[in-house]
Amino acid sequence: MAGRAQPVTPWPGIGAASLVAALILGTLATVALRAETGGGFNPADWAALRFTLVQATLSALFSAALAVPVARALARRRFPGRRALIALLGAPFILPIIVAILGLLQVFGRAGWISDLLGTVGLPPIQIYGLHGVVLAHVFFNLPLATRLILQGWQEIPAERFRLAAQLGCGGMAMFRLIELPMLRRILPGVLAVVFAICLTSFAVALTLGGGPRATTIELAIYQAFTYDFNLGRAALLSAVQLALTTFAALAALKFSRGDGFGAGLNRAIRRWDGGTPVLDTLWILAATAFLLLPLASVVISGVLGVFEMPILVFQAALTSILVAVASTAILLLLALPMATAIATGRTGIVELSGILGLAASPLVIGTGLFVLIRPLANPTDLALPVTALVNAVMALPFALRILVPAARDTVDRHGRLALSLNMNNHTFFTRILLPRLRPQIGFAAGLTAALSMGDLGVIALFADARIATLPLQIYRLMGAYQMQAAAGGALLLLILSMGAFWILDRGGRWHAEA
Amino acid sequence: MKHLAIAAGILAATSAVAADKPQLTVYTYDSFVSDWGPGPKVEEAFEAECDCDLNLVGVEDGAALLSRLRLEGKNTDADIVLGLDTNLITAAKETGLFAPHSVTADYTLPVDWTDTVFVPYDWGYFAFVHNADLPAPANFRALADSDTKIIIQDPRSSTPGLGLLLWVKAAYGEDAPAIWADLADNIVTVTKGWSEAYGLFLEGEADMVLSYTTSPAYHVIAEEDASKAAAAFDEGHYMQVEVAAKLANSEQSELADQFLTFMVSDKFQQIIPTTNWMYPAVTPSSGLPEGFDTLVTPQKSLLFDQETAASVRDQALSEWLGALSQ
Repeated sequence: MAGRAQPVTPWPGIGAASLVAALILGTLATVALRAETGGGFNPADWAALRFTLVQATLSALFSAALAVPVARALARRRFPGRRALIALLGAPFILPIIVAILGLLQVFGRAGWISDLLGTVGLPPIQIYGLHGVVLAHVFFNLPLATRLILQGWQEIPAERFRLAAQLGCGGMAMFRLIELPMLRRILPGVLAVVFAICLTSFAVALTLGGGPRATTIELAIYQAFTYDFNLGRAALLSAVQLALTTFAALAALKFSRGDGFGAGLNRAIRRWDGGTPVLDTLWILAATAFLLLPLASVVISGVLGVFEMPILVFQAALTSILVAVASTAILLLLALPMATAIATGRTGIVELSGILGLAASPLVIGTGLFVLIRPLANPTDLALPVTALVNAVMALPFALRILVPAARDTVDRHGRLALSLNMNNHTFFTRILLPRLRPQIGFAAGLTAALSMGDLGVIALFADARIATLPLQIYRLMGAYQMQAAAGGALLLLILSMGAFWILDRGGRWHAEA
Repeated sequence: MKHLAIAAGILAATSAVAADKPQLTVYTYDSFVSDWGPGPKVEEAFEAECDCDLNLVGVEDGAALLSRLRLEGKNTDADIVLGLDTNLITAAKETGLFAPHSVTADYTLPVDWTDTVFVPYDWGYFAFVHNADLPAPANFRALADSDTKIIIQDPRSSTPGLGLLLWVKAAYGEDAPAIWADLADNIVTVTKGWSEAYGLFLEGEADMVLSYTTSPAYHVIAEEDASKAAAAFDEGHYMQVEVAAKLANSEQSELADQFLTFMVSDKFQQIIPTTNWMYPAVTPSSGLPEGFDTLVTPQKSLLFDQETAASVRDQALSEWLGALSQ
C-alpha cells in the first residue's frame, strides 16, 4: 500500500512520531547515562515481571471481553439519556488514582456498600484484595475506554450494510457473523494492546487492591530504584523492559488487526432491524452502568460534603489544571493528526509504534529524564506546567491514535483516488476532506485528552514548588494534611471539570452528526 | 502552543520578583510547603528577620528528596535540605554534599542528639491509630493473635512503611520474620503512601492504620473530634526524627547557618505541632498546644542509630517481602 500514490503526505506525521520517540527514548537514555551503577535483574524483579504480565493480560482480556456486549448493546439500543450515559461511563478513566481507589473500595471494600448489604443478610464481607481485586480495578478503569473504542467500530459500519443485511433477512446471529465479527477482528487487537499497556505501568492500584507485596509491579520496582535505592541504572533497565513489552504487544496487535474496512456509505443515521433480545442488551447496559457509576456516586457523595470546606486554593489549582488541559489538547492534536494521516497512508510501522510507547513510558523516568535535560538550560520549576502539558499529551497520544486511525484510513481509502485524479494538493485534501470527515473522532480524542490531562498527576510532582499546583496535586496535598473531606470536594470538582471538558469537545465533534 | 508560552511567561515573571534580596533555597518535602503545612508560616517568620527571600521547594517525600539531591549533585540549587530522617542520614552523608553545623540547642528529644551535620527540627512516634472505642492490642504479638485488621504502607515507597519495618526489627530482632508471618493475616492491604492508607482507614476498611501517635491531635485540635486514638505498644515505639542540614556548596553559607539556628528557635518550633503534626525538637516556651496532652506517651523509645538503620534496612526489607509474599 505504501508504494501507491497517496493524496496526502506522511512526512509531518513521521516527523511528529520521531519527536515523540525522541522524547521517550531520549529521557530513558538520559536516566541511563546518569547512572553510576549498572542495573541487573534480581529475583524480586522477575517476580514483579511475572505478576505484571499476569495482571495486565487478565485485565486486558476481561476489559475487552466485557466491553463487547456492552458496546453492542449501546450500538443497538436508542434510549433517552444514551449519549449522557456514554459520556459518563468514561469518568473512571480520568479520576486521579487515589480518588478512584477510595471510590472503588467504598463500594467493593470490606466496609463497602456491597459488604454492608451482604452483612444485613448475615453474609461475610467480600474479599476484594488479591489478583481478582487488581483485575476488577483495572476493568473499572479500562472498560469504559474499551467500550468507547469498540462502540466507535460499530458506528463506523455504514448504515447501508445493516439495511442490506436486514433486507436479506439476517437475524441477530447472522448480522453478528457477517458484519460485526469482522469489525471486531479489526478493532479488538488494538483495544487489547492499549489496555494491556496501561495496566503494565500500574503501581498504586495494583499494590492496594492486590493486598500486599505479592502485587509488586515493574512500575513499583522503578519507583523503588529511584527513591529507596537511588539506582538509576536499574530504573532505566526496568523502564526499558516495560517499553519492550509494550512494543511487543503493539506489534502483535498490528499484525492481527489487519483487515479491510466496510467501504463507503452515505453517512445516513444507522438503524438496526435486528432487535433481537432487548432484555439481554438492557441487562448489559444496566450492569455496566452500576459497576462504573456506583464508585463514582461514592466520589460524588463524599465530595458534596467536602465542597464547602474547600479553600480558595483549590479553585486556583483548578484554573491551572484547565490551562494545562487546554495546552495538552493543543499539543496532542498537533502530534496526533499528522501521525494518524501518516498511518492512514500506509506508514504504519514506526509511527504506530511511537504512538503507543507513551503508554508504556514510566512517568517517573520521563519526568526525571526531562528534569536532568532541562536543568542546565533553565530552572525546571519554571517549566513545570509546559512540561506537564507535554507529557500528558504524549501519554494521551496512544488513545487518540486508536480513535483517529480507523476513520482516517477509511477516508484516505475512499476518497484518495478521486482526490489524486482531481490533482488535489496535500493541503486541500487534509483541510477539505480529511479533517471534516474526522470531526467526531477529533472531538472524542480532544475530549479524552483534556479530561485525562486534567485528572492526571503526571510529572507535576517532580517539578512543582509551593507556588504551582494542579488540581490533582492539590488534592494529594489536602490528603497529606489530613484534610480528607476537602480533598473529596476537590475530587468532585475535578470530576465535574473533566467531564465538562470531555462533554464539550466530544459534543463539538458530533455537532450535526448522529452519534 | 500559545498557551504554553503564556504559561511559561507568567511563571518566569513570578519567579523574577524579589531578585535583589539574597535568596535562600530550601528543598523539603511536599507536605511541608503545602498551604496546610508549616511552609507559609515559616517563610513569613524567617523573612521577617533575615531580609532575604526564602524559597521553599517541595519534593514528594523524604526519600525522593534525597534522590533529587543525588540527581543534582554538587550543582544543586539548594542551600538547605530539610526533611530527611535518621534512616536516610547515612546515605545522605555518603554523598559528601553536606557541611557541618554550628547549632546548639536544648533538644527535648527522647534521645541524645550529637550529630555534627544534621540538625533535628521535629520528631514523632510511629503508632497504629484506631477508633477510640476499639479495644486495641497492647503489642505486636497480641495484634497478630487478634482479628484486628490493619492497613500499612509499603516500606519501598513510604516513610512510615519503612518506619514500621525498623520498628518490628528493633523490637524483635531475629524474631522479626516470625512476627511478620503472624501479622500477615491481620494486614488488609499495603498502600503506596500514607494518604491512601489513612483515607482507607477513615472509610472503615480496617480497624487500625499505621500513622503517628500525634495523628489523634489533628482530629482533636482541627476537627474537635476525639474519636481517634493511638494504640500504645508495650515493646516501645519506633521514632522518626526529622532533620535538616546545610549544603557544603551553598553560596549563602551565613544565611543558611542563620536559618538552622532559626529552625530550633521558638518562632519556628511553635509552628510545627499544629502544621506538621509532630513534636517540636525543642519545646517552645509557650509549651505544646492544648490537645497534645491527651496523646499516648510510649514507655520506651526505639531508634536505630544512623549506621545500624542503614545496614539493617535491606535485610529487614527482604524478611518483610518474604513473610508477606507467601
